[in-house]
Amino acid sequence: MSMRNVTAVVMVLLALVASTGGVAQETPNLGRPATSAEIAGWDISIPPDGTGLPPGSGAPDQGAVVYTQKCQSCHGEKGAGKPNDPLVGGQGTLTSTSPVRTIGSYWPYATTIFDYVRRAMPYTESKSLTNEEVYAVTAYLLHLNGIIGAQDVMNAHTLPQVKMPNRDNFIVVYPTTPQ
Amino acid sequence: MSGYGSPAKYESKVMRALIQAKPGTTGSGASRTPIEALDGMITPNGLHYERHHSGVPDIDPDTHRLLIHGVVKRPLTFTVEALLRYPMVSRIHFLECSGNSNIMYGPTPPALTCGQVHGMVSCSEWTGVPLRLLLEEAGADLTAPWLLAEGADSAAMSRSVPMAKALDDAFLALYQNGERLRPENGYPVRLFLPGYEGNMNVKWLRRLKVTPTPIMTKDETSRYTDLQADGTSLMFTYPMEVKSVITRPSPGVALHGPGLYEVSGLAWSGQGTIKQVEVSADGGQSWAAAALSAPMLPRALTRFRIAWKWNGAPAVLKSRATDDTGTVQPTRDALVSAHGTNAIFHYNAIQAWQVETTGEVKNVYA
Repeated sequence: MSMRNVTAVVMVLLALVASTGGVAQETPNLGRPATSAEIAGWDISIPPDGTGLPPGSGAPDQGAVVYTQKCQSCHGEKGAGKPNDPLVGGQGTLTSTSPVRTIGSYWPYATTIFDYVRRAMPYTESKSLTNEEVYAVTAYLLHLNGIIGAQDVMNAHTLPQVKMPNRDNFIVVYPTTPQ
Repeated sequence: MSGYGSPAKYESKVMRALIQAKPGTTGSGASRTPIEALDGMITPNGLHYERHHSGVPDIDPDTHRLLIHGVVKRPLTFTVEALLRYPMVSRIHFLECSGNSNIMYGPTPPALTCGQVHGMVSCSEWTGVPLRLLLEEAGADLTAPWLLAEGADSAAMSRSVPMAKALDDAFLALYQNGERLRPENGYPVRLFLPGYEGNMNVKWLRRLKVTPTPIMTKDETSRYTDLQADGTSLMFTYPMEVKSVITRPSPGVALHGPGLYEVSGLAWSGQGTIKQVEVSADGGQSWAAAALSAPMLPRALTRFRIAWKWNGAPAVLKSRATDDTGTVQPTRDALVSAHGTNAIFHYNAIQAWQVETTGEVKNVYA
């Protein structure tokens, strides 16, 4: 390497060091623009206002069929639990020495059920349910917990309007810290 | 010689502890670092604690992608190869599951080793790309208050992260203690949020979405919220609180006759740097300052040591840490009085070890 090249390398290195103290650091820009079609396939998160909920709908009786086939072996008959977490019941237990945290007794947002079932369930075959099936199972679980009626249909419009029983019992701590 | 070394065969008992699998699942559950068998501040990669909600995915780094989108001018995808070309930082930080030590909320002190009780904490040198750089490249609205971070595990585990944290000291970790991440620690890339509860440090990171509100995912609503005695729950309790524990002596790490011993342990705080660790050998009636082993780093495990001449009589050993915010580790009574026993998470009370005349050590509430 000639002396001129060494000098050039040194100059570039100095420039990078100097830039770290500034506002905007020069970065490699190696990200590839993502297309809206690509994003659509990835963007499965659903906030409480329901933004991003897909078309489709489901009712409790339809969800019962899906539940029996796809969920019951882990979560028990009608969400009673065993071998894995119970999904139903527990209301009134949160101040006891054995609180039971279920969808009905604890979860603050109904949209979370849709979001989580769609991304994570069934455990052995996540993301295999159709949106209709996810709406239906969500409706079934809400109905089993006495939160919606037997005929109530869940869809992008109705689901965000469901008020969960434990909704008002959460205290947001961030950005302060409890002592 | 060998391509990749292993510990001495005589150390084969030093294993991750209390491996618990969730029923009806494969690969979900927890394992704990045997902190009573280690010294220094760094956790060997093969002994880092694990907590998985949907197993450990096998991810080919050549096909893995990270998407940054949401409230951004330029949604971008990054390959792992691309991320490896970015300017990096190296930081020594602990990682602690917020459920660490939670068995101590129970009515009787469990007869378990120190690692079985408190071993869902580990400390590594993590190396990776400051998150701010990638958010700026994507033209993210840095005034948007939240980001959703999502993993590529089967459940696509996701958490909402404050933008303030993302811009402060968050980074995307690619290396752990000099080598690429282990699969169980998020290979090929994980989010790292220094001091924040373990679950938020999303492994196998595949997506970051800049959002106006938190998503209220399953893990930030139904799981990692802290149920109080009055039935309310604390939500978004992010930093792990100041904490310490004596690792030696401890249950299973007994004393062998009266004489001079070094009492040693670990202290840490998600709020900052450990400033002081005090040790008591009389159940908390009197305290002496332990020596802290340099380096004492923010949001890192800090090793403390103090000499103790044991006269062979029963004794109760305790350690009490203070961080540079002035926060002092609470007693168990104070913690339970403030939060009850149903919280499951963020247990950081002072640990008491009863030394028997035999030299055996018992977990006690004292």
